[in-house]
Amino acid sequence: MAEMTYRQALHDTLREELQRDENVFLIGEEIGRFEGSYKITAGLLQEFGPKRVVDTPICENGFVGLAIGAAMLGLRPIVEIMTINFIALAMDEIVNHAAKIYYMFGGQCPVPLVIRTPGGGGQQLSATHSQNLEVWFAHVPGLKVVAPSTPADARGLLRTAVRDDNPVLFLENLALYNTRGEVPEGDYTIPIGKAQVMKEGHDLTIISYSRMAVVALDVARRLEQERQLSIEVVDVRSLRPLDHETVVNSVKKTNRAIIFEEDWRSYGVGAELAATLQEEAFDYLDAPIQRVAGAEVPLPYSKPLEQAALPSARQLVEAVDRLAIRKRRVVYA
Amino acid sequence: MAIHQIDPGLVPFQILDPEGNLVGEMPALSPERLLYFYRMMRLARAFSDRIIAMQRQGRATTFGSLTGQEAATVGLAAPLQPQDWLATSYREIASLIVKGVPLSTLVYSFRGYTPPNWPAETRCLPYQIVIGTQIPHAVGLAMAARIAGDPVVAVGVCGDGATSEGDFNEALNFAGVFRAPVVIIVQNNGWAISVPRHRQSAAPTLAARGVGFGVPAALVDGNDILAVYETVRQAVERARAGDGPTLIELLTYRLGSHTTADDASRYRDPAEVEAWRAKDPIARLQKFLRRRDLLSEEQDEEIGASVLAEIDAAVREAEAMPPMAPDSFFDYVSATLPPRLQEQRAELLRFVAPSPSQRQPGERR
Repeated sequence: MAEMTYRQALHDTLREELQRDENVFLIGEEIGRFEGSYKITAGLLQEFGPKRVVDTPICENGFVGLAIGAAMLGLRPIVEIMTINFIALAMDEIVNHAAKIYYMFGGQCPVPLVIRTPGGGGQQLSATHSQNLEVWFAHVPGLKVVAPSTPADARGLLRTAVRDDNPVLFLENLALYNTRGEVPEGDYTIPIGKAQVMKEGHDLTIISYSRMAVVALDVARRLEQERQLSIEVVDVRSLRPLDHETVVNSVKKTNRAIIFEEDWRSYGVGAELAATLQEEAFDYLDAPIQRVAGAEVPLPYSKPLEQAALPSARQLVEAVDRLAIRKRRVVYA
Repeated sequence: MAIHQIDPGLVPFQILDPEGNLVGEMPALSPERLLYFYRMMRLARAFSDRIIAMQRQGRATTFGSLTGQEAATVGLAAPLQPQDWLATSYREIASLIVKGVPLSTLVYSFRGYTPPNWPAETRCLPYQIVIGTQIPHAVGLAMAARIAGDPVVAVGVCGDGATSEGDFNEALNFAGVFRAPVVIIVQNNGWAISVPRHRQSAAPTLAARGVGFGVPAALVDGNDILAVYETVRQAVERARAGDGPTLIELLTYRLGSHTTADDASRYRDPAEVEAWRAKDPIARLQKFLRRRDLLSEEQDEEIGASVLAEIDAAVREAEAMPPMAPDSFFDYVSATLPPRLQEQRAELLRFVAPSPSQRQPGERR
């Protein structure tokens, strides 16, 4: 095990995949000479040259489409969209083409494409630069969507995404780049579609992903110490396909669920999770499923306002209070 | 004549050379007007420096330097009438100032707040930070004015990087097809963050884009405020007369970094920057005015002091404005707040202090 940042985990994985497979190349805005807006691609242009690390003009639909074409001929492009907010410009290529070419060409032509992009607020980047739009992609058949919350998962899932023959949206988070964690040695991979129980517990389950999973884990540990509450935290990691089994089994055990997400509440990832739980674990639920999500507003620019609009640990604690006011229920043997 | 029919050629239109010599026909501008141009350019530079300093002190948010582009941005706004629309990016703050947006409103916005008093009467759209999207908006404003029969012109301004976006090219196409009364201006400052102009397009000029869309175009020395002013003036008059759109490329240079979050020295040759510093647009007009005895040394100093005083007052005013209430972001999500969002607002207020409008009279925070 080695401790490293989420940024370093991504950087090292990109570097190793470029070394491992000469079909892999990186393309995006400001990724070469500028080394990426968030420095994930630092040093890679220097090491691999301009054929493997391609700086583009400012035209997102253009370079995503170009990457799809390259993927159809067997290359493995890894596209960086500077932030997920700019992905709106490339929606046609992603939704109508990357996600459908394999189907419409009768399985003759896979599209082994990765689109890496950070989402999330809290960085004072204002309304058009701070969104959580991953649910758009999680809705679309033909795409895979992963959203790692830790450096170890970032590494394992990025390896899998690059080697996968389907288009994968790889969601990063601006506030996670400097977070640190233990990362296993060796060429390990994490399967797409497998959730992770980050912490086991009996009293209730918090289901989350990306940055909010980290906050949830922190809150769960704190409440365990302060109030002897035993909270299970599930990081779904993969939004499409979604690991029903892990989520449902957790709630069957704890009987209470909170979904904690940074995106807007209506029609969000939490809505899909809540629907899944009522379909598959209805008889096990002892209380309504709670959702703690972002206020449904464009995210403000000013720091205090932005913090007010984002879902907070305080709101999560209050949701826990609503569901588990009593101490851990007696378990009858 | 700055505006050629369709093909702008490769030689930029110039009236003042970098030494401040008159090399073209002098536009009809009074000495007072010339001094106003000069003062506004000085104001733009000092304002940019001040906001960057405030950002370094934690008193302002991310800001993109305006330095080096004062002739382009002051010159493009100067020919506009009050009823004309202006849709810009973050690099044309000086154009907004010329069009009448108060400095204090801008400072307040750079503190991170949405100005409650954005002056709609200036007909400036709030500056756009997404790349190139304001150009279709400008074409839409122009087409709406034309449908209404108003003698209104819309001006859309973007940078060289934005010309790669679909928005820019689609807007130019619409402008041509519908003969919209619009002037589309590209401030080509050489760099889109770290991407140099030649990596943005293989075309010899960005003005040449006009050919493909049937839109007359002009290539202009963007550090020559007289050339910028005269070209935009002609283009605006063409549009107002019903003669359709014009594309104008202003050749200038971003002397500073892209924004306060960037360090351009990491990717730019200092020799290139120095070569452009020698073509400083403010020094160029200054030399011209001095030579013509339109600007004494005392006057020059007085202008420098007065712009600083004006900026000081604006910063004081903006910093005295109350911060926006923590739940104020619900105010303008939609014309009426749906019940679901009213619930979310009530929920939020349990965690943060209420906005002044919702407090009872006499109630204290």
